[in-house]
Amino acid sequence: MEFVIISVIGVLFGCGTYLILQRHLLQVVVGLSLYSHAANLALLVSGGLKRGNPPLLTTDAPYVDPLPQALILTAIVISFGMTAFATVLAFRVRQVYGSDAVDELAGGEE
Amino acid sequence: MMPPDLFVLFVIGPVVTAALLAAFHKWDTFQRGVSLAVSLGLWGLSVVGLLSLLQEGQQGMVVLRMGNWAAPYGIILVADVLSMTMVVLTMTIAVAVVAFSLRTVEQAHQEHFYYPLFFILIMGVNGAFLTGDLFNLFVFFEILLIASFALLALGSQPGQLRETVKYVVINLIASTFFLISLSVLYRTMGTLNMADLAHKIQTTSGELDSTLTILSLVFLFVFGTKAAIFPLYFWLPGPYFQPSAGLSAFFGGILTKVGVYAIFRTFTLIFRHNPALTHELLLILAALTMLLGVFGALSQMDMKRILSYHIISQIGYLMLGIGLLTPQALAGTLFYMVPYVLAKSALFLIAGVVQAATGSTHLKAVGGLQSHSIPLSALFLLAALSLAGIPPLAGFFSKFIVLQAGMEIGRYGYVGIGLLGGLLTLASMLKIWNGVFWGEETGDRRPVSLWPLFPGIILLVFFIVGIGLFPGILYSVAQTAAAQVADPRVYIAAVLGMQD
Repeated sequence: MEFVIISVIGVLFGCGTYLILQRHLLQVVVGLSLYSHAANLALLVSGGLKRGNPPLLTTDAPYVDPLPQALILTAIVISFGMTAFATVLAFRVRQVYGSDAVDELAGGEE
Repeated sequence: MMPPDLFVLFVIGPVVTAALLAAFHKWDTFQRGVSLAVSLGLWGLSVVGLLSLLQEGQQGMVVLRMGNWAAPYGIILVADVLSMTMVVLTMTIAVAVVAFSLRTVEQAHQEHFYYPLFFILIMGVNGAFLTGDLFNLFVFFEILLIASFALLALGSQPGQLRETVKYVVINLIASTFFLISLSVLYRTMGTLNMADLAHKIQTTSGELDSTLTILSLVFLFVFGTKAAIFPLYFWLPGPYFQPSAGLSAFFGGILTKVGVYAIFRTFTLIFRHNPALTHELLLILAALTMLLGVFGALSQMDMKRILSYHIISQIGYLMLGIGLLTPQALAGTLFYMVPYVLAKSALFLIAGVVQAATGSTHLKAVGGLQSHSIPLSALFLLAALSLAGIPPLAGFFSKFIVLQAGMEIGRYGYVGIGLLGGLLTLASMLKIWNGVFWGEETGDRRPVSLWPLFPGIILLVFFIVGIGLFPGILYSVAQTAAAQVADPRVYIAAVLGMQD
């Protein structure tokens, strides 16, 4: 199971890198959000994927490490905010420049 | 002695202030008054906090456990002398920037949450200095990033938007690598608490060393991107050139130093298992950063751009001290950091005054300002000569201590590069002096009174001169901080030891 998740992380990173290298800002933003999904999955794998009991002190059977899930929750919120900001920024660039191609953003040098 | 719980105010205070200011963002006087009062208050509190730590010497360290969960399980804030010195420095710059902003920030920017965003930025920076946990370091990095994104884009001028896009994309990519390396580190070591990590790495017999070395290099990539070291500095000059002068001063003074602090902390506390590789690499990168930054500065023709390239060059000196890893060099790094951040912020604010007085900061468009405003020229000269390391100003002692530490362990090549960098710094400062202040009067002279812009700059220059006249005070602080950092056992014992 871990192998499958790790492969998915690899594919997400590949697609994200491809999109970040594109000309249009919206594609870059989608690429960044794929990156953050890949990072979240990596956090999930870091605790080990296994079945077990809830992490309560009263149970003595093997339990699941709760920390990665707490970390992912935080990371999801952060990447959500960042993606929202990046989307608005791309939209504003489109409004100001009339284009969202990164090689057409000139002006403001002096 | 300050009650330990009050240390949380450096993180909580700014965010509460930001919420308050955001709620009443239409009240002009309220915005300015509260901003100035809170930044002054936190500045005073941070000085008291640092003094109370110093009273206890090398044992001076405060560990705050959120919700009283014992480390390594709970969230902790750790204030040691290094962290608190950085917080004092941040708050000093914040006071100067707020004092400058009172007169320079446009009404429209102020109504669009300039001050709330600035306080969120301060919260992120202070949090990054005080946290004792790598994941929270990530969280505070993101907080300061989102605030800095919004501040950079404020106003939506075309040039600003372009630079913001670059800055956002670079930083988000670095953040993703931060998360990935955190997950691999957690998988390898089973903890993200810095003290616990350091403890576990010390007690392992070395079978994990190769994994840890790779991880430390990924962390170096992440923090190096934020700190703008060679070869990751390409993004820096643009975004720091575009915003208003107050923001440039805070960004140029403090934001890259958060990255330097993260390298300082992780490579003195956690990743010390293989200094022959990691710290040698730091030295090489430091030398290249020093030289290429100052070459970049020499080739520019705009005051703010020259200053932006200088940030890169000076980061090289800081990295040099970290790479040498002797107590003397670490003390030198901290001693370097303080006067240099003060001088850098002062110079960016002076560039803002030049902009206000003439409408430009380009060397060709401005000239002969020294006859227009003698105080401004004097302030520039003091800050610039300190940055270049001319005695008796503070910058001279900074360079002296770092380079002396290099001599002591026989790294003459790096000392030579450091001296060369200092000489070229002086050359580029003289280039600004000749272009903007000396010579015939050229360019516009706007009929604005410059005096209201001076208080923040005078505050910073006062400290630069003060440190130059009494270097012993800051040096003893830096030595205490270095003694704590050079021996991680103190830190580990303080965080993990007393679990009562």
